[in-house]
Amino acid sequence: MSYQFDFSPLLTYWPELAAGIVQTLRISCIAMVAGLVLGIALTALRMSPSRPLRWLAVSYIELVRNTPFLVQIFFIFFGLPALGLRFDATQAAVLAMSLNCSAYAAEIVRGGVQAVPKGQVEAGRALGLGTADIYRFIVFRPAIRAIYPSLCSQFVLLMLNSSLVAAISAEELTYAAQMIDNRTFRSFEIFAVVGLLYLALSQCLSLVLAAIGRAYFSYPSK
Amino acid sequence: MEQSAAPAIRLEHVSKWFGKLKVLQDVDLTVNRGEHIVLCGPSGSGKSTLIRCINRLEEVQEGRILVDGVELRGDGRNAEDIRRHVGMVFQQFNLFPHMTALENCMLAPRRIHRIGKDEARARAMGHLERVHLADHAQKYPAQLSGGQQQRVAIARALCMNPDILLFDEPTSALDPEMVKEVLDTMVELADAGITMICVTHEMGFARAVAHRVIFMDRGEILESAPPEEFFSAPPARTRPDLPRPDPQPLRGASP
Repeated sequence: MSYQFDFSPLLTYWPELAAGIVQTLRISCIAMVAGLVLGIALTALRMSPSRPLRWLAVSYIELVRNTPFLVQIFFIFFGLPALGLRFDATQAAVLAMSLNCSAYAAEIVRGGVQAVPKGQVEAGRALGLGTADIYRFIVFRPAIRAIYPSLCSQFVLLMLNSSLVAAISAEELTYAAQMIDNRTFRSFEIFAVVGLLYLALSQCLSLVLAAIGRAYFSYPSK
Repeated sequence: MEQSAAPAIRLEHVSKWFGKLKVLQDVDLTVNRGEHIVLCGPSGSGKSTLIRCINRLEEVQEGRILVDGVELRGDGRNAEDIRRHVGMVFQQFNLFPHMTALENCMLAPRRIHRIGKDEARARAMGHLERVHLADHAQKYPAQLSGGQQQRVAIARALCMNPDILLFDEPTSALDPEMVKEVLDTMVELADAGITMICVTHEMGFARAVAHRVIFMDRGEILESAPPEEFFSAPPARTRPDLPRPDPQPLRGASP
């Protein structure tokens, strides 16, 4: 048998692909920011003096990290309506991605906070600063800086995992690929190209994140 | 006012344990306003712990600590208020690495005294000048030498306009050639009349500025005397198991 490779149908569908890329980036970026903010909040809970709050945070983190992402997506999109919580596909996708990201981010951020020497917190205390100010002004930047590379790879992974939300027909790049595949039956060409597009997106995202890191989280060190 | 008559610091029957180890044994100490105390003794004798109790970086299990006549509450609720007028300088400097020298000095006054950026900057520059580092205001800690970092740390503490300064072995982490610049800065502060408690092994500094030298061992104050008396006939320190304090004059004075 001989398969005739033909990439030309892809050209016809470039607007769909472009829209898919934009949507993938959009939901990923929202989920990154929301995930990081939630992750920091979870870290705060996890390090709080209250045992029930710590337990709550740990349970959430363990739950999310030990269940499949696809199951989480399905639960939010198909399961939650039973409780009256209805989301459209994109909302459900962003929510699932944010919640998923927050648990991983919380683990990473905690490592960063622990990497900040105790003397830094003591210096803040000795100046009379309150706990909130100490974490906001003294611990935050060095902590994020310490774990920035891990955080970035988690974000890249999040962007790649966003392809799973195609399963609930959230309109992103993989969903667009499936649509084009259904119409043209050019599976090899489509998924090869989409794979390469994801590769390019990952590389670009890494570069952008590295630039953000240099701008906000770098300072001279020994 | 009743408070203005109170001594700067008063410790009454203070005891502290780390687990089962008793690190402070029934310590009584009164420090008057403007007084300069040098605290010395072998390592592990509780000197650092003692001053860390004064601004409640450490909790005590027994006894009372009063700062300017105000008692430190057992639950630590008023610790922040007390820390705002008790400055501390650490052995490891503990400058914030992501802030310039100037920013290090501006943070607490801005957050606590709620002063504007310009005022905070002016105040910070004033104190950086006082420690002779105005030219280095825009540098990050990693770009400064150890001695310079410690002087920035002193300026940072001064920016809160403290009544009392606590020094926890401020020159122990420094290369020998940098000790003098830090000690000189401290001597200048002492001349300005601020209340100081300094944990140090620099006996030359003790001779030069201390009103009283206190010797501690195993969590107890064994001796407390003016330097001339302290260095002439040390009764408690004749115990053979304790090191004699270094009789050398201020290091760097005769290199």
